[in-house]
Amino acid sequence: MSEETRDAGYDDFLDALAESEPYYLESPSGNGWLPPRRIDPETGEREFTEEPLPETGEILTSTVTHVAGPSFAADAPFVVAVADFGPVRITGQVRGVDNEDVEIGQTIEIGIGESESGDRLVVFEPV
Amino acid sequence: MTRVPIAGVGMTAFGAQGERTSRDLFAEAASKAYDDSGLAPEDVEEVFYGNYMGELAEGQGHSGPLAAEAAGVTAPATRIESACASSGAAVRHGVNRIRNGDVDVVLVGGAERMTNLSTADGTAGLAAAADALWEINAGMTFPGAYSLMANRYFEEYGGTREDLAHIAVKNHDHAVENELAQFRRSIDVKDVLTAPDVCSPFGLYDCSPMSDGGSAALLVSESFAEERGLDPEVAIVGTGQGGDRMALQDRASMARAPAAERAASAAYADAGIGPDDVDFAEVHDCFTIAEVLAIEALGFYEVGEGIDAATEGETAIDGELPINLSGGLKAKGHPVGATGCGQISELTKLLRGDHVNSDAVEDAETALAHNAGGTVASCVVTVLEVTQ
Repeated sequence: MSEETRDAGYDDFLDALAESEPYYLESPSGNGWLPPRRIDPETGEREFTEEPLPETGEILTSTVTHVAGPSFAADAPFVVAVADFGPVRITGQVRGVDNEDVEIGQTIEIGIGESESGDRLVVFEPV
Repeated sequence: MTRVPIAGVGMTAFGAQGERTSRDLFAEAASKAYDDSGLAPEDVEEVFYGNYMGELAEGQGHSGPLAAEAAGVTAPATRIESACASSGAAVRHGVNRIRNGDVDVVLVGGAERMTNLSTADGTAGLAAAADALWEINAGMTFPGAYSLMANRYFEEYGGTREDLAHIAVKNHDHAVENELAQFRRSIDVKDVLTAPDVCSPFGLYDCSPMSDGGSAALLVSESFAEERGLDPEVAIVGTGQGGDRMALQDRASMARAPAAERAASAAYADAGIGPDDVDFAEVHDCFTIAEVLAIEALGFYEVGEGIDAATEGETAIDGELPINLSGGLKAKGHPVGATGCGQISELTKLLRGDHVNSDAVEDAETALAHNAGGTVASCVVTVLEVTQ
């Protein structure tokens, strides 16, 4: 996989995030998913509409990562969290707050950031 | 329920032996299984071989026929990859082939070479069992994923790092006399709590190690066993597999393991038993919290109540329901592709009475293996019983 090749769906989401227009995919049953997604794994439905992602979410769980793989070694220690945005949950790194001060239940907003190695990633910042 | 007798088992020592190739590790395990069973390579009609990261660690793919060749077999051979559940799934494929009446003798097992990699490369290799787009791209590691589950578990059901530490202490205690285990030394709760940080709440001793090792079992049909005058003392009587969403973020709960619940439910139904009938179990304790999620998913404990089991001594060698008498992944070691069949090998010996910890389960008749892949996006549960 060369650095130039995009991951369709995922990189489209990051592009939208960079333009402050993040979205999720909603199936007719109302289930929310992140792209790429052609089939709803809960219902088997195959039609989706793009819906705007709620502006803020709530941290469901987080961890301070001290030992990372090569791509993130220069970033450690960093906080990975899963946040609930209502229709979807998203995984990202929490920034703009001391690692020790990240808490479950905290309200965050989603944004786009960069790792020390230059890769784009989903980031959360406390509101 | 058709019984599938286990004619023989074999396992290398698990540990840091990074100079050994996975083909050599599997060959040793298979060799031991031949000796244990009285069967020979020419008896084997099919091979299912579990391996997770051969491409990353050894530049080696297509390892089914390579493993068969190493085991002296020219027969159809397929690599089964389901992350850490690879050889549990290989065992299941073998069971199904025999039950279908397609073949009479199957060699199953797996091997993994890991310690030739640096910690960073090994960490990246294991992380590949998570969702590459939505988890790995966010910097999630494999310990990190289970840490997210642990912190969510604490939030929903309570529990402390100290409770988790008791699981590591117990499994180290169980491994002390096991010659095949990677860590044969006791540790105490303070050792666990003061170990270097990996991912909060985990320190180093909450995590299973990088290991190299191989495992194998020879499964046969009952008719073949009778024809050849084999007298296997243990048989597989139930198997089940469950799946779930790949990424934690897409699961209904991050503090439970529905794939394991589904696998257990299917395996119990297949064996015609329930959780109360299980005398002891090997469960997939890749991280301390994983043992909690496992014993709850298997129905040994109500959801939210498994966290105290090790602290209370209930799952220790002298407890009501011994868990991980081999030392588990934590202390026996976790060469990913070998782990699932390694559990079968240890349980078989424990039930037969030729394992160093067999005395603890002298009158036991039923044992269970729980082998989970990734963050339990896949899980295989196998039920074993003594045949007489």
